[in-house]
Amino acid sequence: MANHLHHHLKHPDWEITIIDEREEHHYQPGYLFLPFDIYAPEDIIKTIEEFIPKEVKLVNNNITRILPADNKIELSGGSELVYDILIIATGAKIAPEETEGMKGSEWQKSVFDFYTFEGSLALRNKLRHWEGGKLVVHITEMPIKCPVAPLEFAFLADSFFKHKHMRDKVEITYVTPLSGAFTKPKATEALEHLLHEKGINIEPDFAIEKVDNEKKEIVDYGGRVIPFDLLVTVPTNKGDELMERSGMGDDLNYVPTHKATLQSINHANIFVLGDASNIPASKAGSVAHFEAEILTDNILRFVHGEPLKEEFDGHANCFIETGNGKALLIDFNYTHEPVEGSFPFAGIGPLRLLKESRMNHMGKLAFRWIYWNVLLKGTHIPFVSATMSEKGKHYA
Amino acid sequence: MEKTIAGKNITVNEEGYLTDFSQWDEKVGEALAAEASITLSARHWEIVKYLQNEHKNQVALSIRRIGKSGVTDIKEFYQLFPNAPLKTATKIAGIPKPASCI
Repeated sequence: MANHLHHHLKHPDWEITIIDEREEHHYQPGYLFLPFDIYAPEDIIKTIEEFIPKEVKLVNNNITRILPADNKIELSGGSELVYDILIIATGAKIAPEETEGMKGSEWQKSVFDFYTFEGSLALRNKLRHWEGGKLVVHITEMPIKCPVAPLEFAFLADSFFKHKHMRDKVEITYVTPLSGAFTKPKATEALEHLLHEKGINIEPDFAIEKVDNEKKEIVDYGGRVIPFDLLVTVPTNKGDELMERSGMGDDLNYVPTHKATLQSINHANIFVLGDASNIPASKAGSVAHFEAEILTDNILRFVHGEPLKEEFDGHANCFIETGNGKALLIDFNYTHEPVEGSFPFAGIGPLRLLKESRMNHMGKLAFRWIYWNVLLKGTHIPFVSATMSEKGKHYA
Repeated sequence: MEKTIAGKNITVNEEGYLTDFSQWDEKVGEALAAEASITLSARHWEIVKYLQNEHKNQVALSIRRIGKSGVTDIKEFYQLFPNAPLKTATKIAGIPKPASCI
């Protein structure tokens, strides 16, 4: 956003400040590849500073509270910052403590997450020496960041153990609170077919009550029990605790946000980008990217006193790694589920929608370069628009 | 599509959820419960009425929110509506299947 906005909101009339509690920026999609030794830590971490335009001020500090009624931010140490416009982009984090026993004695011994750098790295070290058994890949509750990541994890695990010549020693089970592999019907069908093809069992409609560390099993509210030797779970995701401290979040600390304008429901001069909002779009990096283009326009409209455009359509575009050097691609929005077709050029591709291909996999790997070199700098991706295109897609 | 429930012609979607809440009445609720092998007790009705009210107020429904609602807890919700309680209970209540999953 800073990279977009500093071209329009210039000194001395405007001052843009970014407040971040960290000094490093992580390429979070890389957490999926780290456990399988596909990426190394240095591939996915860079300093934040190198991405900040020089007209923009970076403050490395924690925020104690947002005081929306006073247009003020309270920083750790007591200093304050006054704003005319605030963009909240505090993301979503895992909260394993929400589930009984999840962060128990087996945490990072046989119970792992891969949504944090530490979790992903610990899992890599475990997988390097693991001799096999029951691998359970599990989603605690929706919504989660990158809803396809746990599926990709299961696919990559299948491929990883095949290459290590020990697939016969590993039983993979995919456990989800949803009634199928994914949230949208056509994609669910395609993904369940792949799970079946790869010999991965699926246990749907599982609402976890607790992790039993002694018996090494997960138990759901209906009394269903699934034993594991290695549990890779996606814990409950929540927005930042700052929202709770500031009284600005819902029951999961997400900020109530208008789904088409991205303006906060309760405060006209606050806008919300990415996972921090409660809009019914996927919590995915592509969504934040598309939102940023529309939000830039809307903030400029707000500055000029013009009505906001209700333009955001929930557009998401996700590569799904399916193992063995292949991937799927899905493209969808609030109203259109992912279907088959070609992307970004109708009838040509070169990427195929909802079908496994090597080209899609190359797209996913190339994406890391695009992320660091194009997206963070606020450059538009050629041929991919912020709102979804229906061209080249096979809707029934 | 049309379906006969409790002697009435009711419009439902492909998953059997009512598409028009005005067609719902308690007899329809009982018939839908019977399809899921559930006999509705007073506790069931309290939850069904709560869900209908939340839906009317446009509150997004989730298992987590129902657990914290004070009306029931998740354990009891599962006992009353086994397997997939939110899906079953919303169907009986004549309201749409929660779209909380993205």
